[in-house]
Parts: sequence; C-alpha cells; structure tokens
Amino acid sequence: MSTASDIVEPAQPQVAREGVYGSRSAEERVALSVIDNSMKVAGVFFVCCGAFWLLAGSFFGFVASMKLHNPDFMAALPELTFGRVRSAHLNSMAYGWANNAVFAIGLWIMARLSRAPVRHGGLLIIAGVMWNLAVLVGIRGILFGDMTSVEWLEIPTYVTPILGLSYALIGVWGILAFHYRKSEHVYVSQWYILGAVFWFPWIYTVAQMLIFFAPARGTVQAITNWWFAHNVLGLWYTPVALAAAYYLIPKILGKPIHSYYLSVLGFWSLALFYNWAGVHHLIGGPIPLWLQTAGVVGSLGMVIPVIVVAVNHHLTVRGCFRQIWNSPTLRFVVYGAMSYTLASLMGSLMAIPEVNVVTHFTHFTVAHAHHGAYAFFTMVMFGSVYFMMPRLLQKEWPSATLIRIHFWSCAIGAAIYVIGLSVGGWMQGLMMNNPEIPFMEIVEFMVPWLMSRSLAGVLLTIGHFAFAINIAWILLGRRVAEPKVSLTKKAAA
Amino acid sequence: MKNLPILFLGIFFTVAFSWSGLILSSQIQYGGLTPTTATLDEDGNPTPGETLFPRMASGQAEQGKLIYIREGCMYCHTQQVRPQGFGADYERGWGPRQTVPRDYILQDRVLLGTMRTGPDLADVGGRPLTRSWHHQHLYNPQITSPGSIMPPFAYLYEVKEIEGAPSPNAVTISPDTEYAPEPGFEVVPTKEAEVLVDYLLSLKVDYELPEAKFTE
Ligand code: HEC
Repeated sequence: MSTASDIVEPAQPQVAREGVYGSRSAEERVALSVIDNSMKVAGVFFVCCGAFWLLAGSFFGFVASMKLHNPDFMAALPELTFGRVRSAHLNSMAYGWANNAVFAIGLWIMARLSRAPVRHGGLLIIAGVMWNLAVLVGIRGILFGDMTSVEWLEIPTYVTPILGLSYALIGVWGILAFHYRKSEHVYVSQWYILGAVFWFPWIYTVAQMLIFFAPARGTVQAITNWWFAHNVLGLWYTPVALAAAYYLIPKILGKPIHSYYLSVLGFWSLALFYNWAGVHHLIGGPIPLWLQTAGVVGSLGMVIPVIVVAVNHHLTVRGCFRQIWNSPTLRFVVYGAMSYTLASLMGSLMAIPEVNVVTHFTHFTVAHAHHGAYAFFTMVMFGSVYFMMPRLLQKEWPSATLIRIHFWSCAIGAAIYVIGLSVGGWMQGLMMNNPEIPFMEIVEFMVPWLMSRSLAGVLLTIGHFAFAINIAWILLGRRVAEPKVSLTKKAAA
Repeated sequence: MKNLPILFLGIFFTVAFSWSGLILSSQIQYGGLTPTTATLDEDGNPTPGETLFPRMASGQAEQGKLIYIREGCMYCHTQQVRPQGFGADYERGWGPRQTVPRDYILQDRVLLGTMRTGPDLADVGGRPLTRSWHHQHLYNPQITSPGSIMPPFAYLYEVKEIEGAPSPNAVTISPDTEYAPEPGFEVVPTKEAEVLVDYLLSLKVDYELPEAKFTE
C-alpha cells in the first residue's frame, strides 16, 4: 500500500520537471497556451458544475442506498421516497456530473488536438448555464412529482427540449474546433469525440420522440428506451473516456500509442457493435425473439473492441508502472481503463441467455452499471480533470494528500460496490429462479449486501469531497509559478 | 486517419443501421398490432362477438398509474412474465402465461421494468390480495410483510380523528401493532391511494391471446 515513497508525486510530474508544456518548441507552447487559455473559463465552469452535481448525486445515492436496507430512513418525505431519490441520483450523475465532465474534457481535448482555440467562449458559457439550469429544474421535477419513470429519461418532458437545445449549442463547439483544425493528422481521440458529439443528440432525440412526444406503440417503447440507455454509456460516455485515455496515456508517458491499426479496429468495431447491444436488457421479455438474438450478438461482438483497446493500451503502458503510479492522472486513468476491460467483458457474458436468466432483474445489473459508469468512466474523468485544470489555470494542485485520499477512497469504494452487489446479486438471481424459496427470504437475504453498498457509498463520497475541496482550493489559491519544492522532495525521498 | 468522409459516413451509418435494425423494424413488424380475441376464426380474423383483448383500462386505473409512475414503483417491480423454462416466473405464481407484445399495445407508457427487488406485478390483480390488504401494505409494508424493504407510502394516507362513526374506507390496522394510529384516530386513504390500488387490482393476465395460451 501507499508509503511515503510511492505517494502521488508532485501533482503533475512533467509540470514539475519541465513546466506545463513539456519539452516542446517555443511556438508550440505558445499555441497550446493560447488554446488552453481559450478554454479556461468554460473548462473551469463545466468542472465546477460537474463537481456540484457529483456531490448532489452522492447525497441522493446515499439516501437511496440507505433506504434499501432501512426503509424507514427519511420515510416521511415524499420527495425522498426511494423511486424518486434514486432517479434524482441517476440523473444528477448522468446529466449533471458526467455530461459536464464530457463537455469540459471532450471539448478541451478536441481543441488541443485540432490545434484550434475555442472561439467565442462566452456563448459556450451561456449554453452551459442553460444546460445546468435545465438539469436543476429537471431534478427538482423528479423529486416533486413529475418523474416519467422511463429509465435514464426521468427528467420531465417540459425540460427536455431545453436540454436538447443547450446541448446543441455546446456540441457544436466540438465540431467547430474540429472544423478549424490546423493539424493535418486526425488522431484517434478526435474520432471518438466527433462520434460522441454526433451520436448523443441523435439517440436523445429519437428516444424523446418515440417515448414521449409521439409514443411508439407498446414494447417498441421499451426497445427504444434500452437502445437509448445503453447507447448513452456506449456512444457518449465511453467514447469520450476512451478519447481521454488515448490522449493522456501516451502524452504523460511520452511515447506513442502502440498500434495505429488496433486503434482503427477498436473504433469501428465499437461503433458497429455497441449500439446493437442495448436490447439485451429485454432478454426473456415481451419482444420478438430475433430482436433478443440481435442484442446478444451485438453484446458478444463487443468483445472485439474491448480486447483491442485493452491490448493497445497494455502494450503502450508496458514497463512504465512507476510512471503510472507517480502520476495522479494516470493512476485514475489506468484504473478506469482496466475497469473498462473487465466491465465490458462481464457485460458480454451477461448477455448470454444462460447467464442472463440469473443476473437479469437483480442487483448484479446495478453493480455492472456502476462498474462501467463509475469505475471506468468516472475514474477516467477524474484523472483527466487532474491533468487539465493545472494547464487551464497555470497553477499546481495545492494538495497531493487530497488527491491520494480521493484515489484510495474511490478505488476501494468502487471495488466494494461492484464486488458486493455482484456477489449478492448473483445469489439473489439463483434464489429467485428457485421457486421453493419464498420471496421474503430473498428480500431478507439481500440486506447485508445492500449494506455493503452503503459503506461503499460513504467511501466514494469521501473521495468526492476531497476532489471538490481540491478544486475549490486550486481556484481560490494563489498562483504558483514555480512547482512546489516540498512536494517534489517528498516524492523524491 | 485522413479519410474524413469515411469517418463521417461511418459515424452516421453505424447508428442509422442499429436504429433501423432494432427500432424501425420492430415498429414495422408489430407496431400495428391491434386487440384481438382469444381464438381467431378460420380466416385468421378476430372471432365476431367475442371480447377483444387486451382490455381498455378504467379511468380510475389510469389515474392510479400516474401515481405509480410518480412514485417510481417501477424501480423495484417489473411488469413482464417470462416464459416457463426461463426463470421461475410461472412457478412463483407471477402469471398464468408469458406476456407478449400485444399485452402492452394499449398502454401510453410501458413500464416493463428491469429490477425485481419486489415481485413482478404484471398479474398482481389476479392474486388473492384484497383492496384492504393493499392499503395496509402501502401504508406500511411491515404490517403485511414484516422485514420488507419496500418503502412505506404513509403520505398517501391521512391520519385523522374519528368523528362519530369510523369512515367506511378506513384502513384496518390491528390496534396491538406499533403501526396503529392513536386511539380515537383512523387511517384513511387519500384519493391517490384509492386510485393506486384500483390500478394494482386492474393488472391482470387473465385472458389468452392467439399467440399466448395459458401455461399448462
Ligand atoms: C425499494 C423497492 C420497492 C419499491 C420502490 C416499491 N416496492 Fe412494492 N415491494 C417491494 C418488496 C421487497 C416487496 C415484497 C415484500 C412485501 O410484500 O412488501 C414488495 C411487494 C409489493 C406488492 C405485493 C406483491 C405480492 O405479490 O406480494 C405490491 C402490490 C407492491 N409491492 C406494490 C408497490 C407499489 C404500488 C409501489 C409504488 C407505490 C411499490 N410497490 C414500490 C419493494 C418495493
């Protein structure tokens, strides 16, 4: 475990050694600093909003988790009844935290790789304010009785057009940055971000139309629902997190990505397979069998992009363990990348009917969702924020201790979360398929496993507070031109 | 990658492909399903004079469904019965047959659900659970199911002083439990609780369809 010598090094190793822009030529440094500067206000704004939603979402998640083993907890408040508060949790995390993180990191990486400053950052902020206000009104709506009870789309329909509009205003910046690119080569991270920027509005619009504004008949709604909900993760969060991993790993290690062709294969197989996989949420359900089969095939096909990305990243980082461990960014990103491989392979397994018949309808699925959305996506975003903020602000992270607390509590918390609910959920599924076992016995059996989730939630929340404090601190703290010597010494010791 | 047109076309067509493959084609295949009779005549049309299924829900039940949606019951309860041999839905008594697409065609909002923290409710109205059982259970699940982790929905009920005779619809709660109101008080369902129970009682898979017969 962490001793004084293997602690997180100065917040950014290469910042300490060579300044924020590494060993680049003078012109390149100026170009990058112009780009960073153009993203400064917007990037900081999105990160702060993201951190706010992360804390709000942690609170809602904790309340929901407590209620599942202690139903009398805050039971008198209709606004915090389980169904509403768990939906407030999901939507704060998805549209609040995750989307703000995508806006910050996705746009910034796109601008940097395109060598194009973000123009008219002011308009971007207006769109960002609109987005966050819309999420706020949406979450309020969920808590106060306007929830839709459609998974991943709980936000009431009076807000969603505003969400769509403000998204369009934000997403277009990614396309503009790409359009004005000065670099000739288009790097793999740019493909992923471009894909995501187009895919999200498409799936969101289709889902809104076919479920709410011109509802399709019967279970076509459910198919649309899961096509959307699975693709939010697969075609929106995942590509941006992969883009960040593809950008940050080689950059910090100072060596190119292992194979260009593997990156191409990984990208196209993801684009092809991921969006067929969603219907596996309806296996055994009231939809035609051939559709379920399509979902199973799509899910199994996902093995290809996952293995390809894993091999490509593994061969890139091979032999650099020390560097990974010393860089706060890479610690988070590599934890995330490993979780991506594991979570996705599990996901493919879970689509096989023999496995699905056990895991479907249980907490195993909940564990899996957090494996993907948290242990993978969120951890990569944490790492990316640790990399981006010092460059936007030209400042160091004030506290390495907070970063360490953040890493360990989230790494351990996520592990407890996923393992606890996977084991408990698997047993739940086995018991549910055995009609001899009365249902109440299963309910009581699950309680200790559900408690382990609350414990995990506390750990994650501690980490989130450390993250938020560090953000507030770096913003308010004095500008430090020179790297902090004390930290460097500590790490060198 | 230098070939940008391919990148853009690819981004477009991959999603277009799954959208048409999954959503458009289901809409074409069964988006036009209509209610029908349990058996068809020799031309394959609904038998004249017989009842059409699924039935329309009553207005009360539709209002109750809005409460079900608002409170998020869906996050712990599914409404779909899987075929015999795939899970133990039938053996657990959650429905006399698997549910099929036609069962859902009259619903504005389909609430299949993905989580069974509680039992499936597709056929809860077909179980021997009375209106008064549902009220006790919703008021506080511990009354009927000690150890349950279902949340109490006491805020859908009013605790009020008994004026003269007790209200006819008051929830019967045995006075020696800790959930009973103070002596002289009674627990009365609000309109919302009443319609919610109407909705629960309306959830039934008690009819056959040409494509879905009762499991033997
Ligand atoms: C936190 C999860 C949870 C939520 C939310 C929830 N339930 Fe339940 N429900 C359960 C559990 C667990 C059981 C089984 C134990 C029991 O009978 O209380 C159950 C049982 C039931 C039963 C009895 C079914 C049977 O066959 O015995 C009904 C009816 C029911 N719930 C209706 C509802 C309604 C209506 C709502 C929303 C207002 C709701 N539930 C919300 C968890 C939940």
